[in-house]
Amino acid sequence: MPENSVSADLQTGSDKMVEWTDFERDTIKDIFSRIKYDVVGPAAFARCLVVYPWTQRYFGGFGNLYNAAAIKGNPMVSKHGTTIIHGLDRAVKNLDDIENTYTELSVLHSEKLHVDPDNFKLLADCLTIVVAAQLGKEFTGEVQAAFQKFLAVVVSSLGRQYH
Amino acid sequence: MLSNKEKMLIAEIWESLTPVAEEIGADALLRMFACFPGSKTYFSHLDISRGSPHLLSHGKKIVLALAEGSKDISQLTVTLAPLQIMHAYQLRIDPINFKLLSHCLLVALSCHMRDDFTAVAHAAMDKYLSAFAAVLAEKYR
Repeated sequence: MPENSVSADLQTGSDKMVEWTDFERDTIKDIFSRIKYDVVGPAAFARCLVVYPWTQRYFGGFGNLYNAAAIKGNPMVSKHGTTIIHGLDRAVKNLDDIENTYTELSVLHSEKLHVDPDNFKLLADCLTIVVAAQLGKEFTGEVQAAFQKFLAVVVSSLGRQYH
Repeated sequence: MLSNKEKMLIAEIWESLTPVAEEIGADALLRMFACFPGSKTYFSHLDISRGSPHLLSHGKKIVLALAEGSKDISQLTVTLAPLQIMHAYQLRIDPINFKLLSHCLLVALSCHMRDDFTAVAHAAMDKYLSAFAAVLAEKYR
């Protein structure tokens, strides 16, 4: 009998692939095919800066973030928001290998940008709420669950290269 | 920290939602059950399927309590005293679930109010729900 019957999984980390149901795959692809990237991206990022103002600490070079109106109208905020949502698109196209998709971005956020990975979750929550406003009643609890699972995998992948 | 403007906005929003308290409350609960299945464990004695009378009445209770609290946020500890006792000694819901329900309430509000659920409203509401949850858990230990 093995002395340490603690599962090897704990040592190897997340070697397990994420499993997606057909509903989840279809739902995630459907959401991203329906939202306007240049609206949702900027809106979600701006919302994060407003709702969680301490996240502004990473954007000292972005100019005027003084109040909600300034944040919403800030072109650097819009540009970065669009960048983020296009970044998520890569995961949508690689649902079965999100982890490797974000290796470099994870290293970037950790070693160069020094972003606390808890912030990724804050942004994910804001994105959920913005998408909810876009889709209204069609953003059912089941759709929300699929979307949140997707974002959780993305967030986890982005945090993986931190040490 | 809530500004006076934010307090008014919060009270306004909950007042406008009181007529649809059942709908919003049930929607938030259903979202929580779908996204965070562990939360269902507190409802094993009820029928929490979509449209069930238990779900609707429970959802309504929650939203009405939130609305009541929003009328005078500085008095939350007084207003919520009976609910504090109930949650601490009887229900004993792990407070992590308050966060989960709060998130789902925000999503429900966003689905319902669409563009009217602005970033400013969201920020204010998030702060209110956090404060509400904190007061609710105050007597736990």
